[in-house]
Amino acid sequence: MNFTLHIWRQKNGDIKGDFVTYQIDNIDEDTSFLEMLDQLNEQLIAKDQDCIVFDYDCREGICGACSLVINGYPHGDKKATTTCQLYMRDYKHQTELWVEPWRAESFPVIKDLTVDRTSFDNIIQSGGYVSVHTGSAPEANALLVDKHSADEAFNSATCIGCGACVAVCPNASATLFVAAKITHLSLLPQGKIEEQDRAQKMFNQMEAEGFGSCSNHRYCERVCPKGISVSNITKMNQVLGWA
Amino acid sequence: MSNLYSNEPTGPLEDRWEKHLFNLSLIAPQNRKKHKVIVVGTGLAGASLCATLGEAGYQVSSFCFQDSPRRAHSIAAQGGINATKNYQNDGDSVWRLFYDTIKGGDFRARESNVYRLAELSGNIIDQAVAQGVPFAREYSGYLANRSFGGTQVSRTFYARGQTGQQLLLGAYQAHSRQLENEHVSHQSRAEMLELIMVEDKARGVVVRDLVSGEISAHTADCVILCTGGYSNAFYLSTNAKGCNTSATWRAYKQGAYFANPSFTQIHPTCVPPTGENQSKLTLMSESLRNDGRIWAPKNIEDCEKNPADIKEEDRDYFLERMYPAFANLVPRDVASRAVKHICDQGHGVGSKIHGQRLGVYLDFSAIIEKLGLEAVAEKYGNLFDMYSSITGEDPYQTPMKIYPAPHYTMGGLWVDYNLMTTIEGLFAGGEANFSDHGANRLGASALMQGLADGYFILPKTVANYLANSNLVDVDDTHPQVTQSLKTVKDRIHQLMNAPTPKHSPEYFHQKLGKVLWEACGMSREADRLNQAIGEIAELESQFWQNIKVTGVDQDLNQTLERAGRVADFIELGKLMCQDALMREESCGAHARVEYLSESGEAKRDDDDFSFVGAWEYKPEQPMLRKEQLNYEFIEPTVRNYK
Repeated sequence: MNFTLHIWRQKNGDIKGDFVTYQIDNIDEDTSFLEMLDQLNEQLIAKDQDCIVFDYDCREGICGACSLVINGYPHGDKKATTTCQLYMRDYKHQTELWVEPWRAESFPVIKDLTVDRTSFDNIIQSGGYVSVHTGSAPEANALLVDKHSADEAFNSATCIGCGACVAVCPNASATLFVAAKITHLSLLPQGKIEEQDRAQKMFNQMEAEGFGSCSNHRYCERVCPKGISVSNITKMNQVLGWA
Repeated sequence: MSNLYSNEPTGPLEDRWEKHLFNLSLIAPQNRKKHKVIVVGTGLAGASLCATLGEAGYQVSSFCFQDSPRRAHSIAAQGGINATKNYQNDGDSVWRLFYDTIKGGDFRARESNVYRLAELSGNIIDQAVAQGVPFAREYSGYLANRSFGGTQVSRTFYARGQTGQQLLLGAYQAHSRQLENEHVSHQSRAEMLELIMVEDKARGVVVRDLVSGEISAHTADCVILCTGGYSNAFYLSTNAKGCNTSATWRAYKQGAYFANPSFTQIHPTCVPPTGENQSKLTLMSESLRNDGRIWAPKNIEDCEKNPADIKEEDRDYFLERMYPAFANLVPRDVASRAVKHICDQGHGVGSKIHGQRLGVYLDFSAIIEKLGLEAVAEKYGNLFDMYSSITGEDPYQTPMKIYPAPHYTMGGLWVDYNLMTTIEGLFAGGEANFSDHGANRLGASALMQGLADGYFILPKTVANYLANSNLVDVDDTHPQVTQSLKTVKDRIHQLMNAPTPKHSPEYFHQKLGKVLWEACGMSREADRLNQAIGEIAELESQFWQNIKVTGVDQDLNQTLERAGRVADFIELGKLMCQDALMREESCGAHARVEYLSESGEAKRDDDDFSFVGAWEYKPEQPMLRKEQLNYEFIEPTVRNYK
């Protein structure tokens, strides 16, 4: 397979970036999208050029590091998938690809396709936890959790913190990310006690980080690689006393 | 060869940790903020340690190379975490987990450490549940368990196939909670490149800011490395691409002994490679072996066929045939070697690489027929989805293909009972140390060990060290600090300016991986290992002559990051082969062809090799030090899974 790639190159956050076009040929269809970029980078090294920088780590869809907008879709247009889990066989009919970083003011570009998502860590630090002291936890089965709640909490907890929800949102809102953590902890008795305080702190921090507000476009749930539902936002609004 | 002493307590096994805890010194709450500790790595061990030390009131600085501490590779662990709760009333106990771990490790682990691990396992679950880790539950609301990888009791707790993710997020959240506190700080996208030693004690680290390329020194009263394992030495492994040995290797070169480097675990159930440009291999959780049946075609001419067209009587369920008692649940090394053996005999399936098909079937049709699609999807849904997104095949319809891949390293920095290395003030936790798994690790025990080290062991032993140590003041102007900074800068200069730059870091890494996989992978033999040592030495000199790093060093430069890591992997690769060569026996995951029984079982040599092989760095040749292993409570037996 042969591809024409228009890749966003930007030296750093202070300098304007632009698309640069590359041609890459003879790509096997079982090659992953990131392996295709690896091969392109090997070619750039051979030509004495600086490599294209992009974030990745586990390459199995769980760490949340990878973050590319491909032909306008965060993580590509395949549903419930991270960029690292895209394979070139998914691009049989699109041989011209535009590859960009997440775009949001609260995720400033560091270089090329890499952005700074420290704002997500700051939101968790503001209250996204249960305040339990290490070593003083009660016997695990002393606290029963009905299976349905545990399963629902798990569904919210699978958020990998990649930021695709922000990247796709016209308001660059982090509401789905924030709501998923609030919902995960609120659905469990362990997290119930602090829920209001937690939700308010996290919401305030989201605003302080410069993320926009939710205006119900619902694009976020469509691009979420873990299929996190906007019903989490409803739950968050309930916790915040807005619904 | 001098002996190494573990500083473990004596007396009845079940009293040792408690007795030791009482003997460890404490630091009064008001004095804790006077002590600064550095933690490198924020996986399960590092994050849980930062959370615990931060809460206790120490000054804690942590670093990770990822863009967020939440992305450490612990996140990828799928299957579960063991604990001796005995909720299933199936005869589990601390003693039984201790016994299983020692036996699984083929009698090459320290009894006192392993018993402590089993003892602490229950509390980990309590801790995780209190943090809001959404473990699987039964309809009654009680925690669910499953049996996992070769155990006969159900002691594994799990959160669908994402147990590592949920436990790491729990630890990350606990760590995040402490970051509100002004004594606790964290820096992401920061890689440790040198250990600062003052008066033979670990007193800090040199770190490269991966965004700006700036090199900085950070000093402290002690340093704890929770930097994971080194499976990526093989190039293709199930580890995240960034996993590396650089922190532990820097420590080794400063005098921390490296123990059992050849004890590496090959995981039997991974998605097979499909081509030469493969960048990593993906693990399919071992839990799949609970319900999937492994087979290969009996007739070589069937290997190309669609599996649906191969008749039942032409399928060789080889694990069930070879090991009737444990069948598809034999330990990882036994299963891996059997799969490799079948493929080497020409019975492999899947695409051909270098003329060989590397794969066997893992078939779920029987369990789907028995339990129904829905029940199987509930149990394995996300794993099946993952498989189908990687391969484009649907495991509900057609059997999965699997092949072994490097997955975990039991070897690591040698540590005593306090998890302190041979360098005073340098500790190692989690996969970075060698401590608990002997020559092979049981499934669902890595998460347990990382969290036991971070939540419960290191906080106590580090405090004891701080309470008893007499440290000189060290600030950024100390000559040792200046020297360490210079070492790092010189090395980067060397990587950026090779005499004849020709090849990328990937080129060298792939070459190293091939040599190690062939010589020091699932089966090893003396001639091949000797040859590999020579090949790696040659590769090392080529590397420094021809390494090509484009771009500049004062920038985000992933090529430079890789080059530095590959340089360390090359040196470690040589030590792995030397260790495998030295150990003239087979044990656990270490299979020397010369020391296998006819049926392929490991032949241990307890008279000569019942020791931990710890290597001390010397500029010419590493020197072997031994820690004799004494089995006071369990009689070493021959592992037999027939």
